[in-house]
Amino acid sequence: MTTRELTPPQAQASAAEKVGRTGSGRRRLMGAGKQLHAGPLTYVVLSVLAFISVAPLLWTVVAASRTNQRLAETPPPLWVGGNLFKNLETAWTEVSLGTAMLNSVIVAGTITVGTVLFSTLAGFAFAKLRFKFSNVLLLLTIGTMMIPPQLAIVPLYLWMSELGWSNQLQTVILPTVVSAFGTFFMRQYLMQALPSELIEAARVDGASSLRVVWHVVFPAARPAMAVLGLLTFVMAWNDFLWPIIALNQQNPTVQVALNSLGTGYIPDQAVIMAGALLGTLPLLIAFLLFGKQIVGGIMQGAIKG
Amino acid sequence: MTSSKQALARSASSADAAPGSQPGAARRAHGRGTPPPGPGSWRSRLYRWDMKASPYAFIAPFFIFFGAFGLIPLLYTAWYSLHNVQLNNLDQQTWVGLDNYQNLLSSDFFWNALQNTFTIGLISTVPQLMMAIGIAHLLNYKLRGSTIWRVVMLTPYATSVAAATLVFVLLYSWDGGMINWLLHFVGVDPINWRESTWGSQFAVSSIVIWRWTGYNALIYLAAMQAIPADLYESASLDGAGRWQQFRHVTIPMLRPTILFTVVVSTIGATQLFGEPLLFGGVSGSKGGSDHDYQTLGLYMYDQGWIIGNLGKASAIAWTMFLILLIVAAINLLITRRLRKTQ
Repeated sequence: MTTRELTPPQAQASAAEKVGRTGSGRRRLMGAGKQLHAGPLTYVVLSVLAFISVAPLLWTVVAASRTNQRLAETPPPLWVGGNLFKNLETAWTEVSLGTAMLNSVIVAGTITVGTVLFSTLAGFAFAKLRFKFSNVLLLLTIGTMMIPPQLAIVPLYLWMSELGWSNQLQTVILPTVVSAFGTFFMRQYLMQALPSELIEAARVDGASSLRVVWHVVFPAARPAMAVLGLLTFVMAWNDFLWPIIALNQQNPTVQVALNSLGTGYIPDQAVIMAGALLGTLPLLIAFLLFGKQIVGGIMQGAIKG
Repeated sequence: MTSSKQALARSASSADAAPGSQPGAARRAHGRGTPPPGPGSWRSRLYRWDMKASPYAFIAPFFIFFGAFGLIPLLYTAWYSLHNVQLNNLDQQTWVGLDNYQNLLSSDFFWNALQNTFTIGLISTVPQLMMAIGIAHLLNYKLRGSTIWRVVMLTPYATSVAAATLVFVLLYSWDGGMINWLLHFVGVDPINWRESTWGSQFAVSSIVIWRWTGYNALIYLAAMQAIPADLYESASLDGAGRWQQFRHVTIPMLRPTILFTVVVSTIGATQLFGEPLLFGGVSGSKGGSDHDYQTLGLYMYDQGWIIGNLGKASAIAWTMFLILLIVAAINLLITRRLRKTQ
């Protein structure tokens, strides 16, 4: 396990540009990935791939604005029709998407706050504090990522029924409120972002551990906490297996509502597409606003492993 | 790693020493803040207790929640897998020994689900990771608007399993579906994606590929950017062309990352559930009327919550876990072997 510095690509690129201008330098750096300017062919291939990435979503808008009948005809529609708002309204009322969205915000929001808080605390302990069995416990934490959620759902289902918690939101919040990935992510970040001298100085001043966490760790961890929060929110919003077992259409999250929409006996494809669109919209907006940070977070999480 | 470990040890020992052994010196050196208390006082004891206990307090939430909602259920699942537990009669749980497992191993549907999981896992993971490396290579060029390209490649990741599958169901529909319509331009007759074995498995895999390729590309891209440029320099000095550099520098340097993504994708493929469930619509939990794409995850859901045999579902869950452990062990062996040959 090595901790590598993530070189900012911009800095790397501009340095390469400078070298690239002098004739001999260009030859020397041939092939050093980032240094090469992309040719027209690269842009063409990337455009095709980008189109494949977004085309199904764009087509969702087209399909959501048509009628079920039109969607069964050939050729399929390629441009928006006039039924979008009618279909959105039907989807909204048919599977109570309003409640579902609100529930998903509560569930994903609580899970995000819990995961970020607990991961930062545990990540800090693993990164900077010395205690017995810390290595074993860290390995154990990483090992838990191997366990599929299927291994827990039968007992969880039985217990939640016994507690009378079926169909209540805490059923889907509590099992997912901590994260091994998050703990490891924060540890890797704090190892290099939090100078041990800072903690030392606070200690010498007689600060208790809680004060150290509040005044030293949280400020240093803030960028990583934001990224982890975004990643956790996306994962929690999209969680599928346990929510569809624990909740039903009386009190759904968005994914539960989409499941009911998709497995209905009289499927209206246009309405289903409208529902899929509505359920994805919040995350698409989040990607528009924070796409850069989410991309950075995934790349950071990868490189420090 | 070594340097930070030393720093860690240094900081911890000096922090330990500060209040206990040399309180006076510390107080003189740092006039601001609360002075560290003397050795015998209750505050000093509190301080030492805080130093000892707080690391455990900080990791406690993770382990308490994981214990309550992960580890204990995991053990109970093993217990239930040895019992007859029916969904409509939860109060009566009778010991049946290994009956559930025997039942499982003699069921054609189990072997069918195992095979489907393996096939779909293979045809979704291998092309996905290979394409992801290719995309990462392209994204690693100096691009105009590089962030925008990356975000666009990641948009499928923002789409939930449910939403993505519902859209693909429509794209793959037999009559009037976009994909069959596009195929007719190259002279292919309409394919019944939902009723044919290979067609449905391909379709389900394509949803997985669509959702995860961009994500894996970003992971590879991060690893590519960490490859030292002088490796490429010396390779090109040795006369290696671009393709040779890619093969002999990029790929070997990516090996740990590739192994990481293979492990993560394998875990994901073993649990595959949402895509085939929604792809099948009403007959989703069966994986289509002929069980063409019933994965282990679906089989467990079907046995446990549609048929209502939670004991058998528990046995399926543990079987999945054992399979994963075997796969992990094989992975570990391959990694060791690769390291030795290097």
